[in-house]
Amino acid sequence: METPLTHNISPGREPPDLAQYEKAGGYGALRKALGMAPAEIQAAVKESNLRGRGGAGFPTAQKWSFVPMGDDAPRPKYLVCNADEMEPGTFKDRMLLEGDPHQLIEGIIISAYAIQADVAYVFLRWAYKLAARRVERAIVEAYRHGYLGKNILGSAYSLEMHLHVSAGRYICGEETALLNALEGKRANPRAKPPYPQVSGLWGKPTIVNSVETLCNVPHIVKQGAEWFRSLSRSDDGGTKLYGASGRVKNPGLWELPMGTPLREILEEHAGGMRDGYQFRGVLPGGASTDFVTAEHLDVAMDFDSVQKAGSRLGTGTMIILDDKTCPVGMLLNLEHFFAQESCGWCTPCWSGLSWIEQILQDMEEGRGRASDLELLESHTRLLGPGHTFCALAPGAAEPLQSGLKYFRDDFERHIHEKRCPWSPT
Amino acid sequence: MLSEQERKEIEAHARHYPNNRAVCIEALKIVQQHRGWVSNEGIADVAEALQMKPAELESVATFYNMIFRKPVGKHVILLCDSVSCWIMGYERLRQHLGDRLGIRPGQTTADGRFTLLPNVCLGACDHAPVMMVDDAHYQDLDPARIDQILASYQQEEEKSTDGNTADA
Repeated sequence: METPLTHNISPGREPPDLAQYEKAGGYGALRKALGMAPAEIQAAVKESNLRGRGGAGFPTAQKWSFVPMGDDAPRPKYLVCNADEMEPGTFKDRMLLEGDPHQLIEGIIISAYAIQADVAYVFLRWAYKLAARRVERAIVEAYRHGYLGKNILGSAYSLEMHLHVSAGRYICGEETALLNALEGKRANPRAKPPYPQVSGLWGKPTIVNSVETLCNVPHIVKQGAEWFRSLSRSDDGGTKLYGASGRVKNPGLWELPMGTPLREILEEHAGGMRDGYQFRGVLPGGASTDFVTAEHLDVAMDFDSVQKAGSRLGTGTMIILDDKTCPVGMLLNLEHFFAQESCGWCTPCWSGLSWIEQILQDMEEGRGRASDLELLESHTRLLGPGHTFCALAPGAAEPLQSGLKYFRDDFERHIHEKRCPWSPT
Repeated sequence: MLSEQERKEIEAHARHYPNNRAVCIEALKIVQQHRGWVSNEGIADVAEALQMKPAELESVATFYNMIFRKPVGKHVILLCDSVSCWIMGYERLRQHLGDRLGIRPGQTTADGRFTLLPNVCLGACDHAPVMMVDDAHYQDLDPARIDQILASYQQEEEKSTDGNTADA
């Protein structure tokens, strides 16, 4: 089984420096890309069926295709690497950032070339201190060896790249909020249209791609779209970094073919549940995805299959709920996070999420009422897609709506017993 | 007024952006690194240097979780309160840390050594529960491990105090 993304990564070891990365074939894809037309690279990525790995799964080449090209295109154009990764339960990009920063930089340069961007930013979350040091060092090395700056490797193409370390706020991961953060503003999302591809950073054409998406690009260019598609067990091309946390025997991260079944990941790679614990459900792709339960264990972990099962692949990093953890308490924790991290820009989000949090807090403390279930359900509808300015509140509604569906008995017990059944009396 | 060092560091970052405003978050972080937190004076200094209105900069400073608008202790403990850490024992650790330090989340110890803050996902969910102390990550925590970590900071400070005495 091929694992291109993690090929150079060994946990606990220093990442390859530039010389080691080159020795392993690194920057070969960039050399090849500079001999291709930008349109050829876009075509290869389109053919590869690469879908964005930040959570939404939008086809990468299609996103790129909206960028104005040619001599008349507004300048400068920007490419931003979204390395914010603040969704609870998500920890995959950290491995790529810390483990092989040159792979990311090569991916950014090739992707920037494909849309003829002039400047690239790596937008990194505050807490990733080690990643910041390693990415910064790799950028300096890349400049020194002619992979960045003016006339890259003697070509006509020039690109500047900078690391921007954020100051901590979940909403910064939302594409347009991230652009405001880069401009030195509060990270409130922007109205779309105009879309960032046409009018993004400082009003110029901008592409925002996630770390894992960009890391795939050099491999597609180097080995071809057909090879990339062949890595997958589904229609979405490539491999995927899957992760698991919670009470499993072997929590961790694994690069596996896209479309690997949930059961295989949980049982073979995560080692199954810890002794004394039973599986009850899983958020398959981070805190903003719907629960799925034992009946869904055979679902293929790709974008369309997980959607058919009523959830989202999201980031592919799973949070497992066991039988000794209170589902209402888990949802209270999740909704507290979303309420706290709401940017406050639109009323349904900041007001609705705080209300949900309060209802769940009351329930956990024995003050739940029968009418609360209906109230919570109405919130999941009112905060759903189309009712708020961005996707934060709809994301917060996902675990709640599925929690109410699959763990209804647990909610009712809280209300009838006037206490949390999992708390010691 | 910004110190010479603060000014130099801000100018180095400002080169990465097409206008001054864009460097304001980095500038706040630089001031915080040098002064421990961002006071009203810090806001005024950065605003003046970047030709922004102080109120405008204040609105940015209060938005981001890691810009401290109140004084913090010598060491800032960020205990991850996100879902994987919660499942793996966050509440027990919060209680334990609070008991050991004699403070609640959001507070600073009377001797000014530690500030305890809950923090959203620190991105090491496979090693939950986790926390950061200043720039260092600590994973797979339990109460005993927390005691060891706090003791190591105590020992480091004692060594540093001994060193200062010897130097004097």
